[in-house]
Amino acid sequence: MKINVRKNGGVTILDVSGKVTIGEGDIALRQAVREQLAAGNKHLLVDLSNVSTIDSSGVGELVSSYTTVTQQGGKLKLLNPPQKVGDILQITQLITIFEVFDDEENAVASF
Amino acid sequence: MEPGQLLFHLAIDSRFESIEVVQVVLCDVLERFGVEEDGRHWIDIAVREAVANAIKHGNREEPAKKVEVDLLLSGGELVIRVMDRGAGFDPALAGDPLAPANLHKSSGRGLFFMRKFMDGVDFAPRPGGGMVVTLRKKGPFSQINLGSKSELSEHGEERAV
Repeated sequence: MKINVRKNGGVTILDVSGKVTIGEGDIALRQAVREQLAAGNKHLLVDLSNVSTIDSSGVGELVSSYTTVTQQGGKLKLLNPPQKVGDILQITQLITIFEVFDDEENAVASF
Repeated sequence: MEPGQLLFHLAIDSRFESIEVVQVVLCDVLERFGVEEDGRHWIDIAVREAVANAIKHGNREEPAKKVEVDLLLSGGELVIRVMDRGAGFDPALAGDPLAPANLHKSSGRGLFFMRKFMDGVDFAPRPGGGMVVTLRKKGPFSQINLGSKSELSEHGEERAV
């Protein structure tokens, strides 16, 4: 899994690609979020458009990251989940927790 | 032991990267059975969860302990057995990840995914110690050319059985 970090206005965007699964992807996501928080970047947008697979550990890491960011007074939102990732968010009812956007500019403006 | 046609038997080290070996073999078999990409994806997720649990909770990530995965065709169903050498667990103790109190938890969705994406999930102690998780998917499935039965080691070496 790869994570590319970029900025759009005051929002830090994590472009995630590949598999967010146990053992590597979940750890990489956790690390990336922690690095941004440590750098003082608390408005995080996770772009999921190039995520091919997410398992329960990957989902758990998204939830954990959301909680950590929120507890530190920040916001974590999701952008462009592919259909199957969106399905996972629906069936786990995490769609009720996360703000999910299909347009980056709208997502950035929402922070 | 369940009767059926054994398609593959895999024995992988208890390392998470070994899950990818299972995925490659599984998706190849599913494709030969005519399972569409969507269907393959969800079966893959269910099997990933079972194998990950076997590695993490069953074998405690001890590389020398193997997780074994059988793929069988039995009575028109695809049957996938995931076996570890751990202490076992009671699936009834797993909480409901959809309960409001559990939504913000970072774990506890693996069994939920297995049950959601497969037609049947069973848990049983394994003779000699460990657990067998059996995942079932109903057909119909296309006829495939099986050739000779084969067995793959973790490193992809194929041996005729």
